[in-house]
Amino acid sequence: MIFEDEPVPGYPLPILSGYSSPGRFERVLRSGSFAVTTELDPPDSADPEDVYRRARVFDGYVDAINATDGSGANCHMSSMAVCALLTRVGYAPVMQISCRDKNRIAIQGDILGGAAMGVCNLLCLTGDGVQAGDHPQALPVFDLDSLTLLETARTLREEHHFLSGRKITCAPRVLLGAAENPFAQPVEWRAQRLAKKVAAGAQFIQTQWCYDVPLLRTFMQHVEELGLLDKVFILVGVGPLRSAKSAEWIRTHVPGVHIPDDIIRRLAGAADPVAAGRELCIDIIQEVRTIRGVHGVHVMAYRQEHTVAEIIERSGVLNGRVPWYPGRDPQTNTTRIAS
Amino acid sequence: MYAVRQWSVRHARGLNAFYKVFESALVTLYPLWSRLGYERLERPVAAIERQVKGLLFDCRMCGQCVLSSTGMSCPMNCPKNLRNGPCGGVRANGHCEVRPEMRCVWLEAVAGSARIPGGREALATVQPAVDRRLQGKSSWLRVARERATRPGRAGGAGAAP
Repeated sequence: MIFEDEPVPGYPLPILSGYSSPGRFERVLRSGSFAVTTELDPPDSADPEDVYRRARVFDGYVDAINATDGSGANCHMSSMAVCALLTRVGYAPVMQISCRDKNRIAIQGDILGGAAMGVCNLLCLTGDGVQAGDHPQALPVFDLDSLTLLETARTLREEHHFLSGRKITCAPRVLLGAAENPFAQPVEWRAQRLAKKVAAGAQFIQTQWCYDVPLLRTFMQHVEELGLLDKVFILVGVGPLRSAKSAEWIRTHVPGVHIPDDIIRRLAGAADPVAAGRELCIDIIQEVRTIRGVHGVHVMAYRQEHTVAEIIERSGVLNGRVPWYPGRDPQTNTTRIAS
Repeated sequence: MYAVRQWSVRHARGLNAFYKVFESALVTLYPLWSRLGYERLERPVAAIERQVKGLLFDCRMCGQCVLSSTGMSCPMNCPKNLRNGPCGGVRANGHCEVRPEMRCVWLEAVAGSARIPGGREALATVQPAVDRRLQGKSSWLRVARERATRPGRAGGAGAAP
């Protein structure tokens, strides 16, 4: 889709009335299209080309790319830097901010800095505990939590001042997102937690990996009962599993990931488990897209990023739409090209 | 102590009722606290509060207690200090991602608040960011002063032991 008022593709769009950001991700969501986002595995390197190479594999299939902030409490190139590189060539990143490593002073500075570099979407996270990663000896900060982080970002954007009350001259125009895990305990309270996040400022939600569609349906029903369906865009987290063995490992070792037994059995019985994992992912995407209130999918294909294009293509969710990427519209893309 | 902490959550209703009476007494005695001087009272009262709440709730003395809004389960015992609900890493058995031997304080909070009148609503309230300057200070004295000097806010959610 090319927007009529698109200046140079990749440049910020005009902010329409009622919109929060000049980003194309918000445009896609509000236009009612089924949105696709994904996650970029940040490099353990200082080479910008490593970032661009990892972004290019998604070209034409995703509306926004999440830049993770030390996910799993492992050290990588920073979310802020990945975003700065991506916006340089026009990609629409979702800047993830975790409360684990930074206090409110650093976080507010990053929100301003990110927005200044063209970031239009934030994902406000609590973050994994340091024990999960490669630096368990580090100080866990957790000065804010995901809710107060959302409120902080909204304060900067709407009230044009820091938490201290000091004015900012140009507010960050960002769409605010949060995560939710409909599959973790206490399951019956998860929709209520989503309501709290919406009250704190969340405009879109990306969920944890979904391998249990019936449980997601129950969650979405609770969300609907709480009257939240028209207040927030929900993108369901999906991803291909590699084998029964790796699924088993993930569900025992990665906290918060719920994989039912029948999924593991389906993979175990497959002649080609990798292909079966992809099929399963496609099936889940097609199933969740029919659930009321689901506005898109967030594909987390860790170490299988090259499969995202195929999964999305075969799922048919884009309906012929080609999300923007550097070089998609050569006739108008005169000033910026992907490196 | 962990066992006592769990007992407190099971008895959230009674503890909350007791605290309401205790808080009213604190507020009524405001002129006395005022005469004695809050500065002078801070250390001894904080010491008592630390002992009592330490025993009952494994209190961390954040100085801005929200126990009445969290079903008598202290959120500062969450390794991530979450005051607005559980993270996404809660294990299938309901235990903590960071400290697997401990049940998630937020599972306890959801259970405890169901026992307190208005607890569900209080749980749905977005708690503000922690003011780290209050660490180690008495929450009782602060509440007494705030309630006594701002009567319009008496009895609001977020109050606590």
